[in-house]
Amino acid sequence: MRPLLKILSVIACLTGIDAPVSAQLFESGRLLATTGVNQLEGAGGGGLVPWALITGYGTRDAIGGNVHGTYVWLPNFTLGSAGAAIGLYDRVELSYAHETFDTRTTGGKLGLGNGYAFNEDVVGLKLRVFGNVVYDQDSWMPQVAVGAQFKSTDNHAILHAIGAKSSKGVDMYLAATKLFLEESLLLDATVRLTKANQFGLLGFGGDRNGGYSFEFEGSAAYLISRQIAIGAEVRTKPDNLSFAKEGTAVDVFAAYFLTKNLSTTVAYVGLGDIARQKGQNGVYVSLQAGF
Amino acid sequence: MAHWIIAFPAIAFLLVAAPEAKATLYDDMGGKEGIDRLVDNSIKSFLADPRIGKTFDDTNMVRFRTMLTAQFCHIADGPCKYNGHSMAVAHRGLALRQVDFNALAEDLQSAMDVSGIPFRTQNRLLALLAPMQRDVVTK
Ligand code: HEM
Repeated sequence: MRPLLKILSVIACLTGIDAPVSAQLFESGRLLATTGVNQLEGAGGGGLVPWALITGYGTRDAIGGNVHGTYVWLPNFTLGSAGAAIGLYDRVELSYAHETFDTRTTGGKLGLGNGYAFNEDVVGLKLRVFGNVVYDQDSWMPQVAVGAQFKSTDNHAILHAIGAKSSKGVDMYLAATKLFLEESLLLDATVRLTKANQFGLLGFGGDRNGGYSFEFEGSAAYLISRQIAIGAEVRTKPDNLSFAKEGTAVDVFAAYFLTKNLSTTVAYVGLGDIARQKGQNGVYVSLQAGF
Repeated sequence: MAHWIIAFPAIAFLLVAAPEAKATLYDDMGGKEGIDRLVDNSIKSFLADPRIGKTFDDTNMVRFRTMLTAQFCHIADGPCKYNGHSMAVAHRGLALRQVDFNALAEDLQSAMDVSGIPFRTQNRLLALLAPMQRDVVTK
């Protein structure tokens, strides 16, 4: 943190802003693992599902953040995600992720050319509405947040050819995350309004259904120790395109928080059918660094 | 046969005794001895923590130790009654922030490790303490 602090102090001096650039502003004041892991689209959460937690270890008086790199090996494809998220005062989260979906040799079979890749940029915004996942142990009240993910892809012509309505879309979600500390158990339920086909990688809306649909997402994590959580997730998705069926995504995961600055997650994900290729299940590995 | 003669009363005892023998958190923390050890280790780690140690400079540590012991015993369903100040009154004027509260929680966690309290039992105690954040943190 020291170099970043110095840079910020210098900027503050040069611009004449009397900003409270102190070590306190960036201190990792929350408890280990409460940062969660940046999900595929960049928001703080589980691997697949955005949670109500604000990324980073900043308390309501501080700023936190994370960068992540995630890779998923599927039988016919590989999916990569890299991004960064910043949490402001345990209230607001801003995130960005770039996803690359490499069709490898399947691209050739689909007439796209070997190694053809779909790219997607996701800018995320999340607002914690109420609740504190750690402190509210004496009631059923979860931590609740609303969020939006602004997604855009670059393959207009191909997306149009497979029946997608648009190459841009906005997902909106409501997430409720509850820690049952007495049971060492964390549960999340998220509902999402979305038009995205395969997270948006295959565009938005389709010839079968052009409008928004309501999707459910859920995670359960059991804390084995302060450093290790294991769990499972599920995420339903729209099925908008007639050219290929799209189903529910699931995973089982283990996340290991080495320190507040470094964590790693491994998972086995089942993404079902993608672009007519059956059984896209594979290994998910993610590395996250932050404060 | 001989096995059954021994086993039968044992099983009967377990069946009868099991519902009542539901251990309290107090028991699982090692009873009076366990909590004394935990409070000792906790106070050591609070005072040694550069983030919060100085907060206790003006504190009567004899009273603090007695009160913390009574409080842990009380909330863990042990045979004690906490009759110290409310959390709001005890921490009024200390201008504690969330980061102080969490620092103390981390120190308590390491004290529980040192005291040999298993992780799941630790979380049961922390679950009882966590809501006190609302009264302890005033800044
Ligand atoms: C769940 C968290 C906490 C619990 C259960 C707790 C418990 C207690 C208890 C039982 C007392 C004695 C009250 C009395 O004398 O009647 C006390 C006093 C005190 N606590 Fe806490 N406390 C917590 C958090 C904190 C934190 C985060 C700090 C500072 C970092 C802190 C600093 C103090 C100090 C300095 C006193 C003595 C005040 C005085 O001298 O009158 N406490 N606390």
